[in-house]
Amino acid sequence: MSFLEIKALTKRFSETTAVEDFSLTVERGEFVSLLGPSGCGKTTTLQMIAGFEQPTSGSIILHGRNLAKIPARKRGLGIVFQTYALFPHMTVEQNVAFGLEMRGIPEPDRRQKVAAALDLVKLSHLAKRLPKAMSGGQRQRVALARALVIEPELLLLDEPLSNLDAKLREEMQLELRRIQQEAGVTTLLVTHDQSEAMALSDRIAVMQSGRLMQLGTPFDTYETPKSTFISNFLGKTNCLNARLVSTTGTASTLVINGIEVSGPSVNLLPGDVMASLRPERIDIVESSDGHTEAKVLERIFLGDQWLFRLETKLGELLVVRRNRGRREAEPGENVFIVWQPEHLQILPASRESA
Amino acid sequence: MKSPQNMKPWLLSGPAFVLFLVLLLIPLVMTFMLSFNSFSFYGGIEDVYTFGNYIEVLGDSYFYEIFLRTFLIALITTVFCVLLGVPEAYILLRMRPLARSIMLLVVLGPLLISVVVRTLGWAILLGNNGVINELLQSLGLITSPVKMLYTSGGIVAALVHVMIPFMIIAVWAALQRRDPSAEQAAESLGASPVKVFTRIVLPQAMPGILSGSLIVFSLSASAFATPAILGGRRVKVVSTTVYDEFLNTLNWPLGAAIAVLLLASVLVIMLSWNRLIEKRYTGVFE
Repeated sequence: MSFLEIKALTKRFSETTAVEDFSLTVERGEFVSLLGPSGCGKTTTLQMIAGFEQPTSGSIILHGRNLAKIPARKRGLGIVFQTYALFPHMTVEQNVAFGLEMRGIPEPDRRQKVAAALDLVKLSHLAKRLPKAMSGGQRQRVALARALVIEPELLLLDEPLSNLDAKLREEMQLELRRIQQEAGVTTLLVTHDQSEAMALSDRIAVMQSGRLMQLGTPFDTYETPKSTFISNFLGKTNCLNARLVSTTGTASTLVINGIEVSGPSVNLLPGDVMASLRPERIDIVESSDGHTEAKVLERIFLGDQWLFRLETKLGELLVVRRNRGRREAEPGENVFIVWQPEHLQILPASRESA
Repeated sequence: MKSPQNMKPWLLSGPAFVLFLVLLLIPLVMTFMLSFNSFSFYGGIEDVYTFGNYIEVLGDSYFYEIFLRTFLIALITTVFCVLLGVPEAYILLRMRPLARSIMLLVVLGPLLISVVVRTLGWAILLGNNGVINELLQSLGLITSPVKMLYTSGGIVAALVHVMIPFMIIAVWAALQRRDPSAEQAAESLGASPVKVFTRIVLPQAMPGILSGSLIVFSLSASAFATPAILGGRRVKVVSTTVYDEFLNTLNWPLGAAIAVLLLASVLVIMLSWNRLIEKRYTGVFE
């Protein structure tokens, strides 16, 4: 039996359904992300696990304990809020000690645990500070220490890095992963930031309109998305309308914009499909040699890489190229592009609602 | 020479400044001067400067009693306003928007009615033949009427009714700046609803409680209409004493001295209260 089992969880508000038939199992020590755009129900799911919202139906079982009738304050979960939710009138130390105090842990023990938690997040030197005198990253770590000090069975992170600037966010991602693994705590992260989800989690659960769309490791989800929505949500991609002509055990043939293209074997019936090709999988070459011709429409320099918008017979394509310190094709120039057939992802034709 | 740009703030605040000068500062200064003049029944106000009035007030236990009663009434009113107003503000904040705006109107209602009309309403309720006594008697709970009108208790009840909106608005403003998820955080850490309120909400409401109690205390200590109507001639407070000195005894200098002493003592109490609270709750004051 899994450590955390969420079964057919559903939440309906008077007019809308926030979460529908959501099931997920999480193993002990695992780091799972709920990823999706705003309004996809990920935060509502977290709120139900935390005990701040009552599910309409379905169950949440943590370590063999059904949480349905247990109020939030008795669930013993560590929660880090998007706004950090620190107690402004208490020092860092008092903030962290609060949960222990509520549990009636005696003073010497409490002091020792607070010191250990602050050590874990590297804030021992600021123990006497008030939250308002700290930076966003530091507050974030106080919130984390406060959630971890009660040794929760489950750590819930609600968009914990969204209030930090880009550079700090990257640092905190590494820090968060280190702290989670050192504490060995089972963690559920809610985020709309795909790079955050991919960097931190063992598995990603992609949600859309209250439903779980795909569950898998970051690599698998990125490489084999089940729909164009997921493909688009997890990084950039080129989506092309295509028609599947035939597929065998080893390869398939597609027609995109009247041009025959080969792709990997796929478990779909011939007919309308979507072909998705990641910008970093397309290579720009100079020799024609049977490659597809393309014209550079736009070029953007991003420091470590170049982003091209190309016009081809297949349609407009985005191409990302690592900056190798060489001259790259300029707008208006004609180039040739090439990609491995197996990098073409063939997905069911998207319907707006899917 | 200042550039026209630099003059702008002065020009813009000019009208308000003139208003303050004419309507507040000049009368205050003149009252202050008046308090040093002397008064005799036959000669009227004499333009001399002595501490005679202050010595008279400070040397007479009659005035001490009045001052003590005034501050006790103001203090008890403030305490009741805190006890009733803080939970009420918190409950209001957690209501749904529609219910909230209706309840807010109910809370602010007393401010829309003239203080005299409202106080006369209390007199109807509290009198010996008033609604409350009649009801209690007809229920057989009491045999003779309980004296409520012309008591300090009656004054406090009416003052609380008038003052509570100020407390609620002040606490409301303070609590609106709080992060509601801090309460969820406390809950998730194992705090019961009572603990969440006393340990998380109350300290964050402190700036509001402070400013609210400053307003309530100073307005109650200097309230005139309510104690005048509900206290009658028997329960005298400082403001009604000043009124009597000015209009009945015609001893303006003595009245002025009492008024100055009231102003000074209210100021001292407010400043020390402010100090005390700010020291205790440094974290929540920006």
